[in-house]
Amino acid sequence: MNSPLLRVKDLTIDIPVGGGTLNAVRGIDFDLNRGETLCIVGESGSGKSLTSLALMGLLGGRIKRTATQMEFDGIDLTKANNKTMRALRGDRMAMIFQEPMTSLNPAFTIGNQLMEALLLHRNVGKDAARARAVELLEKVGITAAESRLSQYPHQLSGGLRQRVMIAMALMCEPELIIADEPTTALDVTIQAQILRLLVDLGREMNMAMILITHDLGVVARVADKVAVMYAGELVETGSAEQVFNAPMHPYTRGLLRCIPQPGKTERGARLGTIPGIVPNLVGGVTGCPFRTRCDHAVAACRDAIPHRKPAENHRFRCVHETGHQTAETAV
Amino acid sequence: MLNFILKRLGLAVLVAFTVSFISFSLMFLSGDPAAALAGETASDQDVEAIRVLYGFDRPMLIQYWDWLSSALVGDLGESYYFKLPVASLIAERLQVTMLLGLCGISFALLTAVPLGVAAAIRPNSIIDRIALFLSVAGQAMPSFWFGLILIVVFSIQFGILPPSGTSTWRHFIMPTIVLGYYAMPAIMRLTRAGMLEVLSSDYIRTARAKGASEFTVLFKHALRNAIIPVVSLAAVQMGFMLGGSIVVESIFALHGAGYLAWESIARNDLPTVQALILVFSLFYIVFTFLSDVLNAWLDPRMRAG
Repeated sequence: MNSPLLRVKDLTIDIPVGGGTLNAVRGIDFDLNRGETLCIVGESGSGKSLTSLALMGLLGGRIKRTATQMEFDGIDLTKANNKTMRALRGDRMAMIFQEPMTSLNPAFTIGNQLMEALLLHRNVGKDAARARAVELLEKVGITAAESRLSQYPHQLSGGLRQRVMIAMALMCEPELIIADEPTTALDVTIQAQILRLLVDLGREMNMAMILITHDLGVVARVADKVAVMYAGELVETGSAEQVFNAPMHPYTRGLLRCIPQPGKTERGARLGTIPGIVPNLVGGVTGCPFRTRCDHAVAACRDAIPHRKPAENHRFRCVHETGHQTAETAV
Repeated sequence: MLNFILKRLGLAVLVAFTVSFISFSLMFLSGDPAAALAGETASDQDVEAIRVLYGFDRPMLIQYWDWLSSALVGDLGESYYFKLPVASLIAERLQVTMLLGLCGISFALLTAVPLGVAAAIRPNSIIDRIALFLSVAGQAMPSFWFGLILIVVFSIQFGILPPSGTSTWRHFIMPTIVLGYYAMPAIMRLTRAGMLEVLSSDYIRTARAKGASEFTVLFKHALRNAIIPVVSLAAVQMGFMLGGSIVVESIFALHGAGYLAWESIARNDLPTVQALILVFSLFYIVFTFLSDVLNAWLDPRMRAG
């Protein structure tokens, strides 16, 4: 296997706020190969969206991004200027956002907005762009695609709009697609449809995908790799199998206890919860961010936390070698 | 779209009729018109004679119908003071006022919109502060004072612009600036606020994620949405400029319709006042209609409603 499509090392995002600096994302590392699906899971505010925006170069001007390495197909994104990033965005890397209701411009037709990316990045005529738009609308399961082109976003339902957003992201056949909670704002009944569609299209076009989600059920079905994020850090990464079958970090185990499992969870039994709240990340963050909510916390959790590697590609960060408090660490 | 235009047009006509009735009845709110016309020294008989002569003795609705039906064919009666047909009197004065109004609103839009956009791109930057200063100054300075300052500087001190009159385009420069500067602050602040709001919206992020250039993001995706409330405001400002430029017209001795209105009110010249109120209201109605149509073109969501 040659070098990965996307390689991120030690990505850090700092946001200046009133009382100092918010260390929103700290020391993120991951690799993503072509055609692979990486799911980033974690609760709200854990830095998932910021991480994805940082990859796209879409963080606001005041937000500071640093990384020792951030490469997309050999292009160093840490040094890329605006022009290079613009050429990549929408063409080789595309993004699907959480809010289909507000992510389309209300003043322009669906067709106009679909064709825009293609006209920007490819030397094609309007007719060709139009044909491509129709083709993709059909591909994302929109009927009467031709007539949809002249409709405006307010004339479509949320589900249709998200399909349009997906079609829009696919216009230039990107190699990487980042979907930031693409189904959160949708009706439960169509969440599964949209996700299935996205994953199938990703496989069909051999795209690498970063899927950001809360939904562990989804992750279990579609992920090749899973990254669990907590309070701005990746606490555990690994293949889907490793993370689901042999979770190491106490937070990952806590998350998995929160979902019911057919055949295992008894009717009427209480599902797991993780007590406590996410720590304040303003000012220097040291030690394990999860220690205040962790059953296995010890004094050493305040110090630097080692990276552990229980298996090939499986990594987690915890003072305990197995993620549990054992007899010797308890002393 | 056509449906929308027809609906708005129908509404505009209804409003126009209502306004015509109100402007006609205003004359009866200010006391007995016959007594006012006859003067303080007139005898009861003279007042009665005038009442019959001008037809004030008839029922009000009949008078209104008379006035309206002749107004519809362009006959707005005769001015008591000038003894001339009101229609031709107003038409002559309106040319000056309309020219001034168009120049004023153009000046306001051409300065306010670019300044508002520039201020919104970099909030709290030096450009934003300059724009804020200009708009606060524009709001704080009364037109008559600003006009006089301009005359002192450009006509008296440097002698490069004529202080009064309407004979050349140079005569319109200072009035345009004074009138336009009056409307500029509100338009600028609204453009800035609209752009700031739109620029933080999700669809702007979508446009950036597509790889659109900053220029496309600003002027295609953002401005089109941010300008919608500005259109409505500019229409009202424009109506105001046509009807309310009395101060500016007096300072620069531009004998326009605003000045005529002020004169006629002072002279109790009722047919002229009535006609001017009607014409000014029609301007508002026309500009509101035009701004509705323009907004519907800009924002497809409005076409349905």
